[in-house]
Amino acid sequence: MPRSSEPAATGVVVDLVVIGAGPAGLAAVNTAADLGLSCALLDAAALPGGQFYRQPATGLRAARPQALHHGWRVFAAHTARLEAHRAAGRVRQFAGHHVWSVSGGVGAWESHALGGADGTGGPGGGQAATVRARAVLCATGAHERQLPFPGWTLPGVVGAGGAQAMLKAGLVLPGRWVVVAGSGPLLLAVAGSLAEAGARVPVLVEAADYAGYARRPGTLGRNPGKLVEGAAQAARLLRHRVAVRTRSAVIAAHGTDRVEAVTVARVDRDWRPVPGTGRRVACDALAVGHGLLPQLELALELGCAVRALPDGSPALIVDAEQRTSVEGLWAAGESTGLGGAELALIEGELAAHSIAAALRRPVPVGADGRLRALGRRRERLREFADLMAERHRPGVGWADWLSPDTEICRCEEVTAGAVKEAVEELGAGDQRTVKLLTRAGMGWCQGRMCGSAVARLAGGNDPAGTRPLSCPVPMGVLAADDATDEQ
Amino acid sequence: MSRDPLALVRAHPGPAFEFSFDGEPVPALPGQSIAAALWASGRLSWRRTRHTGRPRGAFCGIGVCFDCLVVSDGQPNVRACLARAVPGGTVATQEGTGYAQIQ
Repeated sequence: MPRSSEPAATGVVVDLVVIGAGPAGLAAVNTAADLGLSCALLDAAALPGGQFYRQPATGLRAARPQALHHGWRVFAAHTARLEAHRAAGRVRQFAGHHVWSVSGGVGAWESHALGGADGTGGPGGGQAATVRARAVLCATGAHERQLPFPGWTLPGVVGAGGAQAMLKAGLVLPGRWVVVAGSGPLLLAVAGSLAEAGARVPVLVEAADYAGYARRPGTLGRNPGKLVEGAAQAARLLRHRVAVRTRSAVIAAHGTDRVEAVTVARVDRDWRPVPGTGRRVACDALAVGHGLLPQLELALELGCAVRALPDGSPALIVDAEQRTSVEGLWAAGESTGLGGAELALIEGELAAHSIAAALRRPVPVGADGRLRALGRRRERLREFADLMAERHRPGVGWADWLSPDTEICRCEEVTAGAVKEAVEELGAGDQRTVKLLTRAGMGWCQGRMCGSAVARLAGGNDPAGTRPLSCPVPMGVLAADDATDEQ
Repeated sequence: MSRDPLALVRAHPGPAFEFSFDGEPVPALPGQSIAAALWASGRLSWRRTRHTGRPRGAFCGIGVCFDCLVVSDGQPNVRACLARAVPGGTVATQEGTGYAQIQ
């Protein structure tokens, strides 16, 4: 399995740079290299796979990593192809490289990355690298959407995706008795794998209702694979005696220095807690998440147009060939909409073909048929993704979970009361104004955790937040970059 | 049947090592992040917030939320969920911004 990385380098020039080594990025880089393009693959993690195929650290020497994964064979095939392309010099892999900015334009892009596990380039970290390319594929994935509730800052309350990531990479659990809550199909996978790894999961709490899917028999019929997957997840939960409580929410976490219990309440169609239905459930951890948000920093900084998905989250607009609205920049995977690994793999492959054509590579014999088939599968899977997004769209009633002293912004410790005052008394009508009045979103995470909640409390959707840099950068690196520009 | 994550994937890690956390030895397995090793030792918090001094630990698990910041080998603001535990490393609970701890 590929794990070593190229040494930090500046001035590497390739046809295509792929940012992100998750399913979309892997499919794209392998396809592009097959088509004769010279490629660079930049990824923040030490091992390829992204969040979906996040691998146990090499030193843990897992003989059966697939026990924590779906579709591992597809991934293993991709990593084998990547290794072959790397050995042949067709792909340069920059693992452990955080891309903080992309500059330039069509035909002449520069991707700026920082090395090191933490992206600081500090002790044990690598150096800065700049990769030049004729085309860029943005495969930056997603992170979790969080909606606050009293007690959500207690240690032991962790992201559902976070618990899954820590389990897959580090083979650890946050506790022995873990409630899983929020909304979205990711929760099924998280509860299943936590239980399989030895945690007791007393209950999975889902704010939406899976019965709602049945109202779209056509979409389900066109995606039989998703039904099979759902049935397998349900069977696994049954096997581990995980109770599933739909139309319910964790509306509070209790404890002093760590979580000791949560309150689970019934919610109505708008996710408003039904009075008198609260019930205390003991636990030593809560894994919570309310869906996923595309990670768009690099693309937005370059001016890519976005659309609102049915759950209110912003995603990049791409055409049938995965081209963004910015010439020379393609996108694939969750940054174009939350559709899962299978869709991401298809989009990555389609994007690579489009990029090869744009760079005037000959089209291989028989490619047309495959591309048409992939295009059809993509449309079916997107239809399902839209159904999912619609079913799990956060209801407006979630705000009723909040008490005035509930922290909304974890970094700046801004309370719901302060946000409410900004909206209702000071007239803030959007996330940005709330931020200016309260500092919500001005801390370390730059609003990635609280942005969704703040925007919703101000009456809007998930914000497409623009940030000049996608991750922290030491001042010295910026200064050195500036000096280079002036030469 | 009780099972653990290492058994589930049939992991045969290299020898465990120790780093120090707030002066106490914490075991880690090769490749684990600082956060993973702390979770494995039963610790869920290793930061105190700037304003109210409340405890925090790993939340997003993927480097996005910055709740898991520690002072690692004298450097504040290191994301424990991303940074690898290293033998003999010195990790401390980050108080606020962490800068008072390095002066």
